[in-house]
Amino acid sequence: MTDSKYFTTTKKGEIFELKAELNSDKKEKKKEAVKKVIASMTVGKDVSALFPDVVNCMQTDNLELKKLVYLYLMNYAKSQPDMAIMAVNTFVKDCEDPNPLIRALAVRTMGCIRVDKITEYLCEPLRKCLKDEDPYVRKTAAVCVAKLHDINAQLVEDQGFLDTLKDLISDSNPMVVANAVAALSEIAESHPSSNLLDLNPQSINKLLTALNECTEWGQIFILDCLANYMPKDDREAQSICERVTPRLSHANSAVVLSAVKVLMKFMEMLSKDLDYYGTLLKKLAPPLVTLLSAEPELQYVALRNINLIVQKRPEILKHEMKVFFVKYNDPIYVKLEKLDIMIRLASQANIAQVLAELKEYATEVDVDFVRKAVRAIGRCAIKVEQSAERCVSTLLDLIQTKVNYVVQEAIVVIKDIFRKYPNKYESVIATLCENLDSLDEPEARAAMIWIVGEYAERIDNADELLESFLEGFHDESTQVQLQLLTAIVKLFLKKPTETQELVQQVLSLATQDSDNPDLRDRGYIYWRLLSTDPVAAKEVVLAEKPLISEETDLIEPTLLDELICYIGTLASVYHKPPSAFVEGGRGVVHKSLPPRTASSESTESPETAPAGAPSGDQPDVIPAQGDLLGDLLNLDLGPPVSGPPLAASSIQMGAVDLLGGGLDSLIGDTNFGVPPAAAAAPARLGAPISSGLSDLFDLTSGVGTLSGSYVAPKAVWLPAMKAKGLEISGTFTRQVGSISMDLQLTNKALQVMTDFAIQFNRNSFGLAPAAPLQVHAPLSPNQTVEISLPLNTVGSVMKMEPLNNLQVAVKNNIDVFYFSTLYPLHVLFVEDGKMDRQMFLATWKDIPNENEAQFQIRDCPLNTEAASGKLQSSNIFTIAKRNVEGQDMLYQSLKLTNGIWVLAELRIQPGNPSFMLSLKCRAPEVSQHVYQAYETILKN
Amino acid sequence: MLSSLYASFSLRRNAVDAFRVNVIHARQQVRSPVTNIARTSFFHVKRSNIWLAAVTKQNVNAAMVFEFLYKMCDVMAAYFGKISEENIKNNFVLIYELLDEILDFGYPQNSETGALKTFITQQGIKSQTKEEQSQITSQVTGQIGWRREGIKYRRNELFLDVLESVNLLMSPQGQVLSAHVSGRVVMKSYLSGMPECKFGMNDKIVIEKQGKGTADETGKSGKQSIAIDDCTFHQCVRLSKFDSERSISFIPPDGEFELMRYRTTKDIILPFRVIPLVREVGRTKLEVKVVIKSNFKPSLLAQKIEVRIPTPLNTSGVQVICMKGKAKYKASENAIVWKIKRMAGMKESQISAEIELLPTNDKKKWARPPISMNFEVPFAPSGLKVRYLKVFEPKLNYSDHDVIKWVRYIGRSGIYETRC
Repeated sequence: MTDSKYFTTTKKGEIFELKAELNSDKKEKKKEAVKKVIASMTVGKDVSALFPDVVNCMQTDNLELKKLVYLYLMNYAKSQPDMAIMAVNTFVKDCEDPNPLIRALAVRTMGCIRVDKITEYLCEPLRKCLKDEDPYVRKTAAVCVAKLHDINAQLVEDQGFLDTLKDLISDSNPMVVANAVAALSEIAESHPSSNLLDLNPQSINKLLTALNECTEWGQIFILDCLANYMPKDDREAQSICERVTPRLSHANSAVVLSAVKVLMKFMEMLSKDLDYYGTLLKKLAPPLVTLLSAEPELQYVALRNINLIVQKRPEILKHEMKVFFVKYNDPIYVKLEKLDIMIRLASQANIAQVLAELKEYATEVDVDFVRKAVRAIGRCAIKVEQSAERCVSTLLDLIQTKVNYVVQEAIVVIKDIFRKYPNKYESVIATLCENLDSLDEPEARAAMIWIVGEYAERIDNADELLESFLEGFHDESTQVQLQLLTAIVKLFLKKPTETQELVQQVLSLATQDSDNPDLRDRGYIYWRLLSTDPVAAKEVVLAEKPLISEETDLIEPTLLDELICYIGTLASVYHKPPSAFVEGGRGVVHKSLPPRTASSESTESPETAPAGAPSGDQPDVIPAQGDLLGDLLNLDLGPPVSGPPLAASSIQMGAVDLLGGGLDSLIGDTNFGVPPAAAAAPARLGAPISSGLSDLFDLTSGVGTLSGSYVAPKAVWLPAMKAKGLEISGTFTRQVGSISMDLQLTNKALQVMTDFAIQFNRNSFGLAPAAPLQVHAPLSPNQTVEISLPLNTVGSVMKMEPLNNLQVAVKNNIDVFYFSTLYPLHVLFVEDGKMDRQMFLATWKDIPNENEAQFQIRDCPLNTEAASGKLQSSNIFTIAKRNVEGQDMLYQSLKLTNGIWVLAELRIQPGNPSFMLSLKCRAPEVSQHVYQAYETILKN
Repeated sequence: MLSSLYASFSLRRNAVDAFRVNVIHARQQVRSPVTNIARTSFFHVKRSNIWLAAVTKQNVNAAMVFEFLYKMCDVMAAYFGKISEENIKNNFVLIYELLDEILDFGYPQNSETGALKTFITQQGIKSQTKEEQSQITSQVTGQIGWRREGIKYRRNELFLDVLESVNLLMSPQGQVLSAHVSGRVVMKSYLSGMPECKFGMNDKIVIEKQGKGTADETGKSGKQSIAIDDCTFHQCVRLSKFDSERSISFIPPDGEFELMRYRTTKDIILPFRVIPLVREVGRTKLEVKVVIKSNFKPSLLAQKIEVRIPTPLNTSGVQVICMKGKAKYKASENAIVWKIKRMAGMKESQISAEIELLPTNDKKKWARPPISMNFEVPFAPSGLKVRYLKVFEPKLNYSDHDVIKWVRYIGRSGIYETRC
């Protein structure tokens, strides 16, 4: 008997005929007719007209016929609610049938009929079924509560079904437990505030027991539910982990991934020194690798998750590089993901193998894959210095193939290599220039232009090359235009005599003929710089560029932590939080990794992350201020510099904003004379970023208060444009022994801001907020609030580059924002920094001479006493004073919060505004910053 | 093409249309098995020309969805054989019924075919007595959902197949770039009652543990044991016991099932070595010479050997000479296919071919896909050996000795490639 014949009836009087058959006396005929109806329904024909006739067939003891009718009901009840009532009686009756299969079938189907009137009648039978003696009925009823909740949440609560469902978690049958957990988890997701799944050590224990006994699917529900639990301490976390690890050997990949999720989450609470921690790390690798032998679709899901895991805990898979090698007949989506992970795992140990593979891939067919492979070679060069040379020669080989997209991709990555290793591989420029004409993609063109501009002095015909691009200036993309502008200015600064005409041309193209504000503004800035102070222009445009970071495309740490909580789910496949793709209020509760508990804190080594802060294993992805500046002047090319894609795309905007406010007045003056304020512009670039020109002049008036050390004026740390309307400016102060961060928060958005919180990343001196950020009232639009945040120095320590760099995360109801700032070192000078004379002498001798650093402080109009007094108020203490050959020698000492002593010799010649400063310290890297502190204090 | 039936019934029809337009009929090759169209996520797997899709608007467990789709395929295959348009049309009522049972409100329930078959049949429900009904429900929901009570066989028999596929990627110079064995132990059991089984193999960890007791044995057995990188088990195996004692104990489902999967990467016996030599003679001619060497006991025979040598797209003609077997140039597959029926261990054979090329002005060089190989050998390339499979059935009166046991080893090629 085949069913396909049911699909073939397409005669005209079909409905009429079916009607007759449905009302036939013969059971077989009836069944055949219902099958035909279902077939029509499946292919999308409207058979709702037959509703009463089909419902009539419901009262039968033939289970097969009953199932078919139920199927029909589920589909059409919604469109015929009044008629559906007719079916209620039968449902209620079926719920009391002696056969448990029929009872379950009835309760299952009723839940699928989404008609309000029916749900009322459903309550009583459901209540009975939840307490049915047969587990099969109970497990079906448990799911039915979730269905009912989806239709009418209020009803479920009023009827007390939730409590019954909670009771089912302690059911003796594992499958009932699993379904109850699944239903409760789903309901809890739409009620984030309710405490439905009130998990406690007892209920967790029950779940862990059920875990051993239920079906593979039930294990998934339970594991997903366990992942939401927050163990009270590390010992509980460990005992749960111990009971979950056997699941890693399950044949079902979803069970394995859900177990991995639980382990990854709870591992966060375990101390790294623990033996168990190491064991767990070792246990995680093999099952993850095994996932790669699953079917391709699952491999894809697994690889997306491994990508997250590798970013969070690179140590797990660091020896497993080979399994990520691409196979010739992997589907393309698997290939691309494997490649991504290969780059993340590349290290000095395996780089030779990786490169050989990548070279192989670059000859494949799929364009996207080849591009990614070429880019990967470049990334290896940046990541592993020892391999750079080989990477470059591989890239050159690839350029020789003359395959258009390979060449372009290679040029884009070579530009990054130049940035990472300046003045090392210029010999290849000639080869690159040969391929100039074949470049048709903006990114490749921009990269090439950057290279020409950067190395203009070594390329004989740089002016010709750049001129050739200039012809079609208006047809180029913004990226290329901006790059061309900068490159030509660089060329001009390097070879001013030959290229005057060219620079004139590009500046007028950028400023007069373009309506792109970015381009125009940059044009004006260059023009003004060049016309007022070419020396400053040179310093600015040809400034040394900050190094680019090794890792790219890293997921921003808080998002990564959130995604780790979603291992195995769609969010981990998309690498987006659920709120990005789930409609409505469901699933938008932010999950976060558990913080390390107090008992493990003490044993923590300095490398481990502080509670909740971005993990220190991550390379820092917050762009340093220096990067922003560098970008404005030199580089618009996408994200190789750093971090989260979001931040990268806004770098350009943010950078323009740096100069924003104050320059309006300059540009407003269109006759291009030399307005008096213009001279200040280059100087400002070097100064801390300030919100407006007025601040600049304030610098002189900002004199430190007598009771505390010098306080710099507030500078804008986070411009409103980068933080969805929140502008943060601030400064650091030290008063009677306590450090604080004085913040000014301004709401420049249109909505009210609330829920402020602040966190620091680990930093060189362990600066951390001593109290939470307290903004007492919501910040309404255009309102500004001043807050003084007390700081202490007991936070986690990690050496930063530069030493006094501080990375800050600020959260409000809108989003989380990151910025970094430099704090003046003198806020760390403690009050008891006065060393005993004898001690000073001994220590000075004791510190080896190579630790001595000498600096010159120019243009300081103070006399010896004034200088000494000023320094004293900032906790730099003068221990002795001598006069040698007409020079005043001040011997001074200071102590940093972390107990590092710095000894100084300050030489002042009366009448000479230049001071000589010698610093001796056991940690010579602080000298530079101490010098800067001296300079700041003395000059203000 | 037919979009799968059940998508239409779990979500509105327009979602199905969106999927059809955007994924099935998309011009490009499929770039991802998960697609998000208008905030609706589609998961799909393909079996011949049938697309099975699952749809959601929530942040669901993606791994579970795919596992479920595969399971669905297995269940359907167990009921009506190959998944084809014809079969789906012929069995749509059954499919509805199955879906209704194995998936409830998006939660997968019981998907073990053995258990399902007790109450869902193509002929509909058989009439059952009350005891039978409650037996079914307790079995479907119980701890041992994969086996029913009261199974009886006159002859208690079991078959163990160790099926391995050996994967290799070798450089032209003969360097092993990656090699691993993925193996499966498939068991066919025809045992009465509720037998408790214990399976043992030459797992290094187990043997070393035992070896500590009897020192003289370590020397002997140490060599024969293998290091298993990772293994996964059928849900009947008590995982917590494996985790603590590394012993594999279980009550098997009736009939055929996959007991375990494992993976090894160390000390793999590579049954064949391929030595390629490709020489470009001018722009229009290629000379290819490939030697294959068999590397196992001379008394064993490898079967179904096939070597596939890729040729450039612009090949105009090929002349082949081989010492053994048959070789043919297949233009449609862009490859020379060389087949050898049987080959004993420690032998070697050679093929040489001259490939004429049409001159082209295509700048891009030929990508030189790897030479791939297929074969079947009667041993396990990982070195895995079954040490014992003990059966205990305390309630019925048959003992371990009464069970007839068969063990077979088959090693097949997985992706066995040598670059040239």
